[in-house]
Amino acid sequence: MKRRQFNRALAAAAAFSAFPGIVRAQATKLKVGVILPRSGYLGFIGQSCQKGADLAPGVIKEMLGVDIELMNADFESNVDTARTRAERLIQEGANVLVGPFDSGAASAIAQVAEQRGVPFVINIAAAPQITEQGYKYVFRNFQTAIDIVRNGLDLIGDLFQATHTVPRTAVYMHVNDTFGQAMTKGIGAMLPRRTQLPFKIVDTISYDPAAKDLTVEVSKAKAANADFLLLVCRLNDAIILRREMVKQRWNPMGIVSPGSPGMYEEQYFKTLGKLSDYSISNVPWYNPNSKLTKVVEKAFLKQNPKDKLDFHGLNAGFTFEAILIAADAYKRARSTDPKTLADAIRQTNIVDKMSLGGPIKFNDKGQVEGIGSACVQNMNGLPTVVLPQSAAKAKPVFPAPYYKKT
Amino acid sequence: MSFDLVANVVVAGVLTGLLYGLMALGLSVIFGVVRVVNFAHGEMMTVAMYAATVLFAELGLDPFVCVLPVAAAFFVFGYVLQRGLINPFITRPEHSQFMLLVAVAIVLVNALLMVFGPSARNVQVDYQLESFEIGKILVDKARLYAAGAAIASAVGLFMFFKKTKTGKAIRACADNHLGALVVGLDVKHLYALTFGLGAVCVAVAGCAMVLLVDVTPPLGPAYTLLAFVIVIVGGLGSMPGALLGGVLIGVSEALGGLLVAPSAKGMFSFGLLILVLLFRPQGLLGKKT
Amino acid sequence: MSKASAALALLAALLIALPAFAGNYALSVATLILYFAYTGQAWNVMMGFAGQLSLGHALYVGVGAYAAGGLFFHYGIGPWAGLGLAIALCMALGLFIGFLAFRFRISGVYFALLTIAFAEFTRIGFDHLDWLGGPGGMFLKVAQRDSWDLANFRGPPLMYYYAILFLCGAALALCNLLLKSKAGYYWQAIRENEEAAQALGINTFRWKMLAVAISSAMTAVSGVFFAFYYNNLFPEQIFHISRSIEIILGPVIGGVGTLFGPILGAAVLTLLSDGITDGLAALGWEIPGIKQVFYGVVLLAVVMYLPNGIWPPLARLFRLK
Repeated sequence: MKRRQFNRALAAAAAFSAFPGIVRAQATKLKVGVILPRSGYLGFIGQSCQKGADLAPGVIKEMLGVDIELMNADFESNVDTARTRAERLIQEGANVLVGPFDSGAASAIAQVAEQRGVPFVINIAAAPQITEQGYKYVFRNFQTAIDIVRNGLDLIGDLFQATHTVPRTAVYMHVNDTFGQAMTKGIGAMLPRRTQLPFKIVDTISYDPAAKDLTVEVSKAKAANADFLLLVCRLNDAIILRREMVKQRWNPMGIVSPGSPGMYEEQYFKTLGKLSDYSISNVPWYNPNSKLTKVVEKAFLKQNPKDKLDFHGLNAGFTFEAILIAADAYKRARSTDPKTLADAIRQTNIVDKMSLGGPIKFNDKGQVEGIGSACVQNMNGLPTVVLPQSAAKAKPVFPAPYYKKT
Repeated sequence: MSFDLVANVVVAGVLTGLLYGLMALGLSVIFGVVRVVNFAHGEMMTVAMYAATVLFAELGLDPFVCVLPVAAAFFVFGYVLQRGLINPFITRPEHSQFMLLVAVAIVLVNALLMVFGPSARNVQVDYQLESFEIGKILVDKARLYAAGAAIASAVGLFMFFKKTKTGKAIRACADNHLGALVVGLDVKHLYALTFGLGAVCVAVAGCAMVLLVDVTPPLGPAYTLLAFVIVIVGGLGSMPGALLGGVLIGVSEALGGLLVAPSAKGMFSFGLLILVLLFRPQGLLGKKT
Repeated sequence: MSKASAALALLAALLIALPAFAGNYALSVATLILYFAYTGQAWNVMMGFAGQLSLGHALYVGVGAYAAGGLFFHYGIGPWAGLGLAIALCMALGLFIGFLAFRFRISGVYFALLTIAFAEFTRIGFDHLDWLGGPGGMFLKVAQRDSWDLANFRGPPLMYYYAILFLCGAALALCNLLLKSKAGYYWQAIRENEEAAQALGINTFRWKMLAVAISSAMTAVSGVFFAFYYNNLFPEQIFHISRSIEIILGPVIGGVGTLFGPILGAAVLTLLSDGITDGLAALGWEIPGIKQVFYGVVLLAVVMYLPNGIWPPLARLFRLK
């Protein structure tokens, strides 16, 4: 080959590699970077979310005929690591990022994604501020804390109507962490305006999520002599609280969460046995009757034969949906170029989905509106949807059978 | 605020405090004699808790029965750890000791994560959720038994150090290292023995703690910190001091939580620590050096 | 030019040129390394020079971050004014703690625990300060990311890299200057034998307080950088004791009291951490927790066999000392 031809070929090759978009667009796989906390203090939840990611390629191949390759990264529950892992995934060719469950990490990854122009689909993170930054590449298919509270309070009203009960007072206990604080603000703003809710909050008790001893908190709550316990919690403290309630012989009408993790998680059932029954969580949830749910459940059981989707519905479900969103956009865009993908994601309109509520459609802030919540009550060792009636598997029980009028 | 509420809270605070004191007892012994900053203390207790859950799951042993095998194992573990790993660090600067034990803690926590996974483990015994009713006061059975174990351990240790020859020898090492060497005491062996004893306390505390708290791998660090606070408040090297410190912390946190805000409970213990460090650094029952 | 200066110049040149041949990931890791190198160097002043073990240094990072972040969040005041406030606050805090310690003769482990207590106390306190975001965190508005806006400290990752590189260099120069100055000699005298130094008429209290003030002021800058780089602050994370431990890992492993210890330590540890993750991924051993076990074992080995850190033997090896 003559030198001039060689130089031209070299220049062409250089030109091509300088425009990776062109080269990548001819690839046939979508590379999805999955960033989750599989170790560290969030390890348990991260591993739960990972189950949703692991079953995604198979299900999506069948559903959409699209090939996706997962690139898994563990950010070790550490925000610094979340940032560098995100950079690493992008450098290694991830076309889209999915994750991370934690709001702090979500914020860090969002900045990286925005900077690099790579779309980032958040599976679970409730801090409203994340989608208020004017980002163009960050998308969230989960309720913000404000939505969670609104839906939760509405469902609580529905709960009382469905069971023909009129509790007058509630004692409100909440963790003092980012989640609890957001929920408390929401409740403070919205509860007074909801005149169809018959109850007043007579005492508010905030507690440290890392506390191993909640004797004082429960004593205080019991002394408030309220009809039921309104609780915003996490998993470990929910277990400690329930036990302490038994020790102090406090049996209110029920334990109702307007929207927090903990009481529907597997460990709550395993540790508390029969005591876990009747606790109620009003949370974003998957629709047990939807077609996609049944498909995902089959795949889940194949990969986790000793487990049940019910316990991982929220974590695995939303993680799966985030990847589904990416794959769906890829199918429509027919390109792995990040900007094209981001534009395609913005046009998402998925009706056939797993979670409750309206179709997956992003508003101009990258947020999905209209994700539904369910009233999930613990029955016979499983979290069971009792409201809305269209998705219900059983009728709600309120007050709980252990209720003793004082 | 009714009297019943306050009474219940204070009683619970005392019992919890005694259990904290039991946990801190081991640290007081180790720190008081060997002068090593054991920043892996909480992690060691976590291992003991896991051991108790395993014995319970496999053999159905009540945690208080588990104390015997676990304590024995821990004695050996503590002895070996001190003799093998920690001994050269006694004369090294504090930051080196700290780093050594931080590294040990990292290894322990993550080894536990690898072996047991992230989900919590616990024991489930009949009396765990029951309480005695004394008038208007409800006394949690498990906490009461644990408090009993704490007092028994403290008394046992106290007797050991006061009455037995070995105990006195160990005290001699703590009081005057050079003097002990001069009179021919095998200081290395005695230090290792002390560490072993401290580990035994940790084992007992772990077995008692598992009745009240579910164990997860990252449980340790918070307890390490708490143990240090109690030991400083109560007084270094003082057995009754550890229990007293524990009770003080337990009650102040309980009252602080009751009267102010439960989520700010922690501020009371750290506030107390700062005050003690400033105005009575030898602790309430410690000796002035 | 001495061998040491030549080596330093080479390193500086390499770091300045790094972005030209490193990818984005490497750049983000380098920024992280330099961040810990700088903060470790700041801590080193208190430890290596004044001999006080601070295990609650995250306090200054946090207060500095919230000071500057708060001004920006509530009043839109840029980071340079925030820097002034941060340094003032942290210096005052440091002097307060230092005063308490020296006045009440608290040293060694007790001082370390005092610093931990202050950091924890502040952590829980900030968790209840809703005005500064409380546990929900403070999110700073991220305006634009493409051009360098030094007035507001906003720009592409490249800008942050050079900023922290500059800070590292400045810290190194400052510490070098201090060591060679009168303060440096007094600190050495105090470290060797405080009573003798006092007998010679040195006001040990004043010089120790100087070290504490410099250390806390330097750490405040670190906090301001953190606030504008990460753009969100949570009390649980920024004041947490694990952060304080992260800060001291670099200097202790690299070599406490030495000039290059913190930087070397930060580099070695971060690269080690990533290296282990990659190595394990290559072997397919991706059990959660295994990476930290390896990391802990290496840490253990270094502490046991290189008690003065990595730098002294390395310096001897290259005859740079």
